[in-house]
This record gives sequence, C-alpha cells and structure tokens, in this order.
Amino acid sequence: MSTFEERKAGFLAIELDGAGYEGIAAAVLAAESAGFHAATFKDTPEAGRTNALQRAAFAGPLTRTIAVVPEIDTVYTEPFHVSTQLASLDYVSGGRAGWIATAAVSPEAAAAVGRSFVEGDALAQEAAASIEVGRRLWDSWEDDAVIRDVATGRYIDVDKLHYADFETPADFSGAAYSVKGPSIIPRPLQGQLPVLAAASLVGEGLVPADAVDAVLVSAPTPELLATEVRDTRARLGSSVAIVAELDVVLDSRGQAAESRALSDQKDGTPREGRFARFAGSAASLTELLDSLLREADGVRLHPAVLDVELEELSRLVLPELRRRGVLRPPVQDGTFRDVLGLAPAENRYSTTAAAPLAAGK
Amino acid sequence: MTRDIFQPSGQIQFGIFFQGVNSGTIWKAPQAGSQTDFESFRHIAQTAERGKFAAFFLGEGLRLREHLGRPHALDVVGRPDAQTMLAALAAVTTNIGLVATQNTTYNDPADLAHRLSSLDLISGGRAAWNIVTTDNAWTGANFRRGGYLDHADRYKHAEAFVETAKRLWDSWETPTGPARRVLHEGQHYTVDVTPRLPRSAQYRPVLFQAGDSPDGRDFAARQADVIFSAHPKFDDAVEFRRDIVARSIAAGRGANAVQIMPASEFILAATDQEAQEKKAWVRSLQIGPQQAIAYLEQFWGRELSTYDPDGPLPEIDPVVEETSETRGSGFHGAKARQLADQWRAEAKDKGLSIRQFVTSKTARIDSTFTGSYTAVADHLAEYARVGAVDGFNISPWLIPTGLDDIVNHLVPELQERGVYPTEYRGTTLRENLGLETPVRSEEPAHV
Repeated sequence: MSTFEERKAGFLAIELDGAGYEGIAAAVLAAESAGFHAATFKDTPEAGRTNALQRAAFAGPLTRTIAVVPEIDTVYTEPFHVSTQLASLDYVSGGRAGWIATAAVSPEAAAAVGRSFVEGDALAQEAAASIEVGRRLWDSWEDDAVIRDVATGRYIDVDKLHYADFETPADFSGAAYSVKGPSIIPRPLQGQLPVLAAASLVGEGLVPADAVDAVLVSAPTPELLATEVRDTRARLGSSVAIVAELDVVLDSRGQAAESRALSDQKDGTPREGRFARFAGSAASLTELLDSLLREADGVRLHPAVLDVELEELSRLVLPELRRRGVLRPPVQDGTFRDVLGLAPAENRYSTTAAAPLAAGK
Repeated sequence: MTRDIFQPSGQIQFGIFFQGVNSGTIWKAPQAGSQTDFESFRHIAQTAERGKFAAFFLGEGLRLREHLGRPHALDVVGRPDAQTMLAALAAVTTNIGLVATQNTTYNDPADLAHRLSSLDLISGGRAAWNIVTTDNAWTGANFRRGGYLDHADRYKHAEAFVETAKRLWDSWETPTGPARRVLHEGQHYTVDVTPRLPRSAQYRPVLFQAGDSPDGRDFAARQADVIFSAHPKFDDAVEFRRDIVARSIAAGRGANAVQIMPASEFILAATDQEAQEKKAWVRSLQIGPQQAIAYLEQFWGRELSTYDPDGPLPEIDPVVEETSETRGSGFHGAKARQLADQWRAEAKDKGLSIRQFVTSKTARIDSTFTGSYTAVADHLAEYARVGAVDGFNISPWLIPTGLDDIVNHLVPELQERGVYPTEYRGTTLRENLGLETPVRSEEPAHV
C-alpha cells in the first residue's frame, strides 16, 4: 500500500456526459489539456444518450494521456460481449481504458431485453459474475500467446490460451449461465482493465472488494464526503482505491454559482442529487479538493454545465492544485493502471510467471 | 414500371473487409503487421478513405475456431469487437462507411439497435450492420442464452429481429422526438422499449446481408440494402444479379433497391507476369505445410502430422462420421468417408500433393483478381458497364499495407476509365452508396 505522502498526490476524473455525441472530441481534448487523469462516460438510459463505451472508444485515438472509462451495466448485458468490448477499448486507447461496472435497477431495461426485473441482493450477484467473467476472459490469452513462429507454422501457442469455464455460483438468484472462453481478442494491453464500482455495490455479501480496483464514494453533502471516504476505506481495506464523487457548479462569467444552480434547476431537468454538490468559487473548490485529495485517492467531478465548468476548472482549479503538489502529473502514454497506482496485472492462468495473485487484478 | 427494370449505374465501389481470422491473411511475411494494434486498423481505414472506398467492414467473433478440440493455432486469430473498433475509427476518418457484422442469435434487438444507432450518430451517419445468424450450441457456450435456436428457424428468427430493429429506428417522429414505444413478442424473445436515440443523418444504419441459400437471398431481397455476396466471377455475378433483381421485385421493392458487393481478393502488380509470381508467393504463405495437413485433419477427424505435405493424400480413412472439428468454418456435416474417397481420387487424377490439393481447395479461385493494374481495371470496367455488381468487398491478404497498391495504382486506373468515384458524394454511407432514404412507416403506436 502506498504511504500517505505518496497518496497525497491524487488524481481527478471528469464526467463528460454533457458533451453529447457531437462534442466528444472537443470535450475530451479540453479535459486532457486541463490535466484531468480520467474521463468517464455515463450510460444510464436517457433520451439522446449514445452508448458510453462507443463514446469512450471515439475518444481513445484522439488522446494520449487521459484515461477513458465508460459505465457498462452488468445486469442486462452479455458478459462475453462486455469483456470483448472493454478489451477492444483498451486497444483503441493504447491501454488507457477502465470500466465502471454498474448494476441497473430498471424495470424498463429488463423489459427492453425481455428479462425479469432484477433487484436487491441479486444486483450485486450479477455484477460480481460479470466482473469475474470479464477478468477471466482478459486473462484467457497469456501476454505472449501470439508467437508467429514461422518455423512451426504456428501463429499462436495454444498452451497459452485458456478456457474461462465460468459458471454462476450455486446461490445465484438469477438465471444460471456459463461462459466457456477463451476470449476472441488477445489479452488487453493493461492485462486487466481497472474495474470501478459504486461503493454501495462492494463489500461483504456484495461484489467482493478484491474484484474491483476502485470504488466511487458519494455522500449527501461535501462536508460528509470526507467522513464517508474514511468509513469506506475502513470497511473495504486499503487495497481498493477510493474515488469521491462531487457535483460542481462554479461562479462563472459574472454569475454566482448559487444563482446558476437555481436557474439550472428551474429551466433544465432536476439534478439527480446522487452526489454531494459544491456550489461556489473556484478558490473554495480548490480548498475542498485539496482536503478531499488528502483522504481519497481521487475525485470525480460532475460539472453542472460541461463547457462552463471545464473552462473554470482548467483555468483556475487544476493549475493551483498542481502547484500545491496535490495532483499527480499526468503521464503521456501512461495506462489507467498507472493513474490508479496499480502494479502490473498478473495472469491467473500464467504458465511462465510466478504464482498469480488470488484475484488476478 | 421503370422501377421494375434494372438500371446499371456504370460505376463500381470498393469496400474493405478486415478479416482478422483464417488463412486468407498471411502473417509469415516480414511485412505482416499486428492484427490487433489500433495503428493497423487506422492505416487500413485511412488508406481506404484515401482511395474513396465506400465502406470498412469488420467481422464478429463469438468463439475461437478449434482444431481437434483445441484453439486453431496456424492462422491469424484474435480480433476486436466490431462496434468498439468502428467507433474509434469514426474519430480518425470522415467519409468511409463503418460496417459491423453482428449476430442476431447472440444479441438482443433493443440493445443491438441502440448500439448501432449510437455508432450511426457518433460517426455522423456512416454506420451499417452486416446481418448474420448462428445457430449452434457450441457458440452459445459463451452466452447467457446458450444454444437455443434450430437451424431451420434461424432466418425466421433473424427476420423478426431485423424488423424489430427497423421499428426501433423508425420510432422517433421527428429528430427531437417523441418516440413511440415498440413491442414485440416472439417465440424466442420479447421486446418492450421506447427508443432513446433519434434518427441519424442517414436515417438509420445501412443493412448488409450475406446469406446465399434461397432463404438467405429472399431475406436479403426483403430486408437488406446491400448483399455481401459470394459471387465475384463475372458470369456468376451477372446470374446472381438477375436472381436478386427478380427476388427484389417479387418482394415489392425496386429492381435497383438491393446492391451487390461480392467478397474478393486482389493480387496486383505492374505486369501480369509479376502478378502471377506474386500470387504463387501469397498462396504459399496462405497454405503452408502445416495448414495443408490441418485442413485435411478437420475432415479426417484425426492427427495426420506424420504425412508428408508434399506427398499424396492419406490412405487411411477418417475416424469421424461428419466433419465438425474445425469450428467456425464451412463444410460442417459433410460425409467424411465419402469426401475422403472423392478427394483421393481427384488428387490422384490431377497428380496433386496434399499441399497442392489443399491450396486448390482453399485458393478462392473464384474470388481472386490477379493481373496487372491495367488488365484488372479493364476487367472491372466490364462489371461496371453491365451492372454485374455495385462494387467489391476486398479482403486484403496483408495487414496493414494490403490496400496500398490497390489505392495507389488500381483506383486511379478505374477513375481514368470513369467507373469509380473521384470524390465522396456526401458524408453519409447511404449517400455514398446512392441508396434511397427509407420512408418512415406509419405504424400506430403500441402495436
């Protein structure tokens, strides 16, 4: 585990949903040049919202530093497809992909694919199963499986390909299923993509903590957020990175954040209210982030109006945080694992390396 | 009625099919690059766009091919998810169509239609769906559903799937809504969804289909915009066109409603002589000694590694009743013993070794255009003149530089002959293919 001093230099992620599908390029480039470490892409059902994984894939070749991290549901999707899609995202982004694994609580999503509505404990079971399938398939090709050995005529070494042979556990509430493997795409560039999930989905009796690399922690107010981060760390242990969730409205263009927040609520759709909301000046946000980044490994910002907040963040907040040494410098051509401070991923099926890690992360 | 009379456009177009599996792609040559690095895909797609190609195709992998019970080791293998790769390519290209092969058996209609709409919007109206079906439980082992579909039901199922997808794409009244709810209750799945995405700049994704059986052809004639056919040879192509025109008219569509782009391979050089030499080299790398033995093993169902690839076909008999060992390729269910007898006789007659025989069986004789740039251009101009095809879907045998000579030398020859576009007509795939915009069905809400 990293020491407090090392951890103090944290990372910042930004949710880019506000860019829609026509503004992806401009938004992700602006976020990258502002120094954000990761861009996330929402996928909850909403009119006009395109597939998050595809938006992330579109952003991949346009950027070189920022990680691209889509939400993908685990309940009403095919784990085999999701695994392949994420591995592919890792290839098109040069190893900068991650996965926010979600568990949709949605009768509409169930009806759309003709499945029974899943709720309660079964949600975490679906998420845990999908994540396990994803991880096994990502390991199902060893790194050096493509040998291109002209002498023997072998393109791959079949001893370095492995069946995943996943089966849902006996106590699985939903319809049991199995996934054979191997993957149809070689091991992702990062070996294992970092997997993130809401902290409420992770822990004892839920998705096991060692199945994820980071959790997203939310609280009703910014004041409560630091406490929630500490509680979550105590609950899940130190092997899981903690990312605090924060809605942000800033004073901008002569308008106070509070009045912007009000007009936003009056005219637009009511805000979701899932996350602590900060409304105020860039300077006070800088102070808040400075203190949050001493507790959490990273903070994800949800800007009220992407263009407006991104401009203020880029001009006033990130430079000051960097000056204070609170923010890690972004690394060009680095991986998302690097951002999260994860060691190279061992392969659970490895025939050549030393003993693999239990969770294969 | 004129729409019942086929009018040749006098033009051909190209698509590129990045295969990612099988023996057609050579990997033993020093020039052969990565099959998975994004740079390989970027190079091919940008080269194709420089050559005004209409479309970039990707296949779909649902399970790795196997040989004698293990993954097949001798050919290129390992490929990305089609739509993920195409969304990334959308960011580095501007005009070329992006065609995702997607299965109706192991996808859900609402989810697949949403993702295709998504790709269509992200790419500014350049997405297409190459519709394929799978029916075997062996592939189903990777999916929640498992194997569930009988062979006989696959087109019925596929057509209900495609019609549901079209209703989903038709659901927005105007570009801003409102959407109508789509309900479908079928034998294999139910759908109840209000689509979330508007129509794209080309209305909806273009539909490609590759079925070749009578059922497959009728399905394409009813539903598809373009057929990705297996009939590139001139006489065969002309006959296939006649057949599809008749089926399109019978389906109540115009004679020109369904376009045809056969799968093809090009081996080109400055002179015919050099092209023939190049072809021999390409073939030797496509079917090496190990591939030749493995090819027979899938029909014999047993190891034949002690046989000399340069010797005669094995005298021992197959141990299986039916061939099925190399999954994910053709010839399932052929009667093995009968086939072996027939092949031994044929090889003996022609004096062919194992390797020569397998090369002749797999050489895509009918789909390869070999020759000088000018000779092949003259030949293709003839296709354009009579309207035998609307274009060719080219599988390059070399990644990532396999389109370079086509774009640098063949395309200009075709342009000089006035049979190939010199510019993209528009920004959407539908515009570039010259397809009509679909008319929104007046189906009432809550059908």
